[in-house]
Amino acid sequence: MIRKISLTLLILIGAFIMLLPFVWMLSTSIKPSNAVLSLPPQLIPAEPTLEAYQRVAKSFPIVRVFLNSIWVAIATTLGQLLICSMSGYAFARFEFRGRNVLFTIYLATLMVPFIVTITPLFIIVKNLGWTNTYAGLIIPMMFSPFGTFLMRQFFLSSPRELEEAATIDGANTLTTFFRIMLPLTGPAFATLGVLSIMGSWNNFLWPLLIVSDRKFMTLPVALSALQGIYPGQTDWNLIMAGTVINVLPMILVFLFAQRWVVEGVAASGLKG
Amino acid sequence: MYERGWQRVAILVLFLAPSLLGTFIFVLGPIVASLGLSFTEWDLLTPPIFAGLGNFRKLFTDKEFWSALRHTLSFLIGYIPLVMVFGLLIAVALNSQLPLRNAFRAIYFLPVVASWVAVALVWKWLFNPFYGLINNALALIGITGPSWLFDPNWAMPAVILTSVWKDVGFVMTILLAGLQGIPREYYEASSIDGASARQNLFFITLPLLTPTLFFALTISLINAFQVFDQVYIMTEGGPAGATTVLVERIVKYAFSFNQMGYASAMSWFLFVLIFLVTIIFSKLQKRWAL
Repeated sequence: MIRKISLTLLILIGAFIMLLPFVWMLSTSIKPSNAVLSLPPQLIPAEPTLEAYQRVAKSFPIVRVFLNSIWVAIATTLGQLLICSMSGYAFARFEFRGRNVLFTIYLATLMVPFIVTITPLFIIVKNLGWTNTYAGLIIPMMFSPFGTFLMRQFFLSSPRELEEAATIDGANTLTTFFRIMLPLTGPAFATLGVLSIMGSWNNFLWPLLIVSDRKFMTLPVALSALQGIYPGQTDWNLIMAGTVINVLPMILVFLFAQRWVVEGVAASGLKG
Repeated sequence: MYERGWQRVAILVLFLAPSLLGTFIFVLGPIVASLGLSFTEWDLLTPPIFAGLGNFRKLFTDKEFWSALRHTLSFLIGYIPLVMVFGLLIAVALNSQLPLRNAFRAIYFLPVVASWVAVALVWKWLFNPFYGLINNALALIGITGPSWLFDPNWAMPAVILTSVWKDVGFVMTILLAGLQGIPREYYEASSIDGASARQNLFFITLPLLTPTLFFALTISLINAFQVFDQVYIMTEGGPAGATTVLVERIVKYAFSFNQMGYASAMSWFLFVLIFLVTIIFSKLQKRWAL
């Protein structure tokens, strides 16, 4: 019994440490500028205000940046789901020469860190004229060998009888795939989709390199730029308001899709 | 598929072409190109010049590169034990019957879903020497905190602490999945034999968790070698170059100094390093698992 109470207590202290930075972020974001640097620090602001949020909106096209992030995350994810499920299905069910070699190449690329590809990738995208465009933010991120692998495993584990029955009833491969197999992919789609949304929403390095125009910035890049505009000591309420805008939507996604997030992370070892 | 002839080819192309095309242009192509570039000198303005092993030779004499490698390794040495030990402790605790277990699991996972930029900014503020929460809390117990990110000796520990906070829920989640895969019967049998909680931990839980521990460890190592976002936001490699790390150097050389060849050579060095460590750990795991 004492063991259990002390364990609960330790876990509680840990949870406090996990939550405190979030509380501090939120609390700073609703402080007026003259209270940000008060000593001792106030965890609960005496006069809460949305002033910092208004200043973020004034110094940055924040609504547009927010919508950019949403659009890039959704487009990347939908693209990944479609492309990966089709290629995954092909690798799982079609028989063609070179299939195993191709699939091995896909798996091999999984081992290579993104940073290795970044110089040529940047040059390719630049030559396509895609810097400061949605295409540059979205299209290079749509091709996930991991997604193909995940979808292939899913189709391999689903029974062939369904497709055989559809074929006997006269459905061609396209109908079988889109009408029968795709609707069954729910769990795999949820896993891949959640990882992709999180990855895209939080991605920093790629958008940082490809976008310099504020109109095409996503939230993490805008946040890092916001820090650059106000390097002074006093603007922490402004920067924390920006981080709240960045962090809150993902926390909501997590709370609603917790099961898929946890399963996806545990199974893949990816953080999105 | 029952289509034959050209129809069969058309369907195959329809299903595979988008993925193949994209993977070759945006994934495989760049991998091969970066290997090629690592043997050249290229400033993006004039055509690339073949440099043989010149870039790799330069790596071994480049003091900046070695200090970036040293900093990456010291990040790793601080980060890996902390994140693994805390991740394991929390996973074991939250695998037992505690009140509000699921709420705790969610709380510990929260930092994982936040972007690195946001987390780094919040901690930069927490580590503020004068107005930050951390030094003010330390002052309450009579300790004068260091100036953290402004102090060459304390900047890396601050980055490590931040990273442990962000990733401990990630490690916990992987380990929890492993713990839940251990059959309950083993614990029932051991309780009949009168085993203590400690004996359960050391003779059932840990041995059966070994593959998952290796998985979490390997993934964490791979990620730690590529530490970048937090450093870029919190210190930009400073103060006085005390937190320059490999990926940060690669990005600097490629996109600030326009030395594409040298940057590619560094990135392949990093890749080979990660690859070797991964191989060593998978060999170790095989020996361990008898």
